[in-house]
Amino acid sequence: MTRLAVPKTYKLYIGGKFPRSESGRVYEIRSHGGDFLANAAEASRKDARDAVVAARSALGGWAGATAYNRGQVLYRIAELLEGRRVQFIDEIVQTEGVTPSAASAQVDEAIDRWVWYAGWADKYMQVAGNANPVSGPYFNISVPEPTGVVAIIAPQSGGSLLGLVSAVAPALVSGNTVVVVANETMPLSAVSLGEVLATSDVPGGVVNILTGSPAEMAPWLASHADVNAIDLVGAGDLDWVHLQIDAAETLTRVLQPENGPDAASPSLARIVAFTETKTIWHTKGLI
Amino acid sequence: MSFLDYAPAPESQAVLNLRPDYGLFINGDFVAGRGVPFQTINPATEKPIAMIAHANTADVDTAVAAARRAYDRTWSKLSGSDRGKYLFRIARLVQERARELAVAETLDNGKPIKESRDVDVPLVAAWFFYYAGWADKLDHAGVGPTPSSRGVAAQVIPWNFPLLMLAWKIAPALAAGNTVVLKPAETTSLTALLFAEILQQADLPAGVVNIVTGGRETGQALVGHPDVNLVAFTGSTGAGRAIARSVAGTDKKVILELGGKAANIVFDDAPIDQAVEGIVNGIFFNQGHVCCAGSRLLVQESIHDDVIDRLKQRLSTLRLGDPLDKNTDIGAINSADQLQRIRELTDIGEQEGGERWSPACVLPDSGFWFAPTIFTNVSTSHRIARDEVFGPVLSVLTFRTPAEAIAKANNTPYGLSAGIWTEKGSRILAVADKLRAGVIWANTFNRFDPASPFGGYKESGYGREGGRHGLAAYLKPAAGGSAARTVAAPADASPELDAKAPVSRKKAAK
Repeated sequence: MTRLAVPKTYKLYIGGKFPRSESGRVYEIRSHGGDFLANAAEASRKDARDAVVAARSALGGWAGATAYNRGQVLYRIAELLEGRRVQFIDEIVQTEGVTPSAASAQVDEAIDRWVWYAGWADKYMQVAGNANPVSGPYFNISVPEPTGVVAIIAPQSGGSLLGLVSAVAPALVSGNTVVVVANETMPLSAVSLGEVLATSDVPGGVVNILTGSPAEMAPWLASHADVNAIDLVGAGDLDWVHLQIDAAETLTRVLQPENGPDAASPSLARIVAFTETKTIWHTKGLI
Repeated sequence: MSFLDYAPAPESQAVLNLRPDYGLFINGDFVAGRGVPFQTINPATEKPIAMIAHANTADVDTAVAAARRAYDRTWSKLSGSDRGKYLFRIARLVQERARELAVAETLDNGKPIKESRDVDVPLVAAWFFYYAGWADKLDHAGVGPTPSSRGVAAQVIPWNFPLLMLAWKIAPALAAGNTVVLKPAETTSLTALLFAEILQQADLPAGVVNIVTGGRETGQALVGHPDVNLVAFTGSTGAGRAIARSVAGTDKKVILELGGKAANIVFDDAPIDQAVEGIVNGIFFNQGHVCCAGSRLLVQESIHDDVIDRLKQRLSTLRLGDPLDKNTDIGAINSADQLQRIRELTDIGEQEGGERWSPACVLPDSGFWFAPTIFTNVSTSHRIARDEVFGPVLSVLTFRTPAEAIAKANNTPYGLSAGIWTEKGSRILAVADKLRAGVIWANTFNRFDPASPFGGYKESGYGREGGRHGLAAYLKPAAGGSAARTVAAPADASPELDAKAPVSRKKAAK
């Protein structure tokens, strides 16, 4: 006799918790073949704002953690993702309609991406910062620091897990906290990634995952005064020029949309794009 | 005559050889502008200095076309070492004509001659000298091997450090291989035009640097021109916001150096005498017309009275007057408009309950003047603690604990600079870590150097000028480098963009 399966309720991930949308809205997620898979939470403007508040509260702790610590936490995400690969492969096969081996390859790459970025956490500062030989009795040093709260519109095409990881991981390396709007039609692996994050020593609020309509949420995130940077990598199909105009109001840093298979491809530039260079002049005494 | 009074010691203007009117500098020559020329005046006397051409949209088109032509035909084809040699020439010519430039700057801007002579102009030469050496070493700028220039740079600069801001903009742009159209501020075009003469002496190829003078609409036409690849702007946050909006959707690289409301934090264990000098330098340098000015003094409550007493004593010895006088500490406010704004904000400061104090100080009859002013009893909600005054006005707030000092310092939409005064090294490091500002001075203030990156967090803009980071902003990673497409983001520090993750064993399914 076949056992009746226990399906999962797919919810949002905000502040380390898994709430439903405050709006009570859900939208149907169907498999590539058209079968019903889940009712995903359709996050509202209020959910997006709650996520920004959660990200802001988590910023001090995450940015203040040692780089070694952040690197280990990011590496632990890879470890736990590896342990739950079957679940992710399953979800990808169902939502994207790809073969199990293609899904497996996507999960592999997502895991490896976490590992690669984890290794940068205690190194990028050495490469992106420098000591400056100023003409005077000063020790002068430039160091990169996290920009703050980063909003991300995750890639809406390509691999749903890999796209999300590729956009989120580089922002986390330096200590930013993130509010990410997942792939709208294929959000299942995003929600499951939230479950991985919740059990990976990633402090609550460091990553907040919203499912629903990017077109609805993006304007609120772009114009939110407490968002320091917005990555429009997956906003190519939205009115992203207008989003960039909204972001200008508080000089929010903007990364423009990227298209194609190389969108959000791994690079040190993606880490540095979410940093600010701080230059400190220390007076040298006369001996 | 008390012992503090000095006999007048004016710097001679004989070194100047000004023309009665100046054209636009386009394609290597001075040409007439098609707008209505305007007068530039000496803000210390309100007397006219010269007539300046006004560039209209058609003139801006011509200038951008000249820059594009020079980029395509000459500058982008020149070797890095030759570009560097031109910049070294310019640095030397600035040094040779330093006195003349300093006098012209003081005449046109109103800043004391000792500042234009000892700070502005020497830094201008240093900036060109520093970036000259970079021109043939771009592989080491931190954007990966064989980076390329971006093309035509549109640069708009403010009136507070006219020639220095020009150097901050032009030197890295040319070193990286870009050509330039620069618009000086309306009230301070003079030294940019003298600089154009220096470019002629340096025999810089025609069109590599073009200077269009005019008002706000000239700047807008330049920034919005479809054929510019990069926009670099220093000025108010309001104008920066408008630029950020106007470039949305384009692939123009943007560098914005905007306003500030810097906290200068004095702890109870600070070296008080040095701190008082630093406070004075922080807010009264250049009449406070400094975007990174230490306009909010945060002083620990226990030493508040002592610091304020000493500060008042020190302010009473500052000499305000003829900017050309070598003994002058405080010069003229640059324009009637700016004076009006300072008056408005200080009046509001009084209305809101701040206690206003200025030393006894005779203001000259003509010209634009404002006595150095301190407001005590200021709280964080007061306009003078929040708005950028851009004048010789210091707002004093107090704190009890380091945590409170940090919270107050960061309680501003700006994030350009900050100062920390304490003898305790570990405290400097801890506080510097927590301050959200791009430049932090520990036991010093208002230091600038071409090797040192400068620029702000938050609404103070994005991008850095100075140092390797300032060069990187003017470079584009080589094709194939996996740069994040950062148009309006500070990717200038982006080192080694070719650092890519290894492709994993199997290709991801798309």
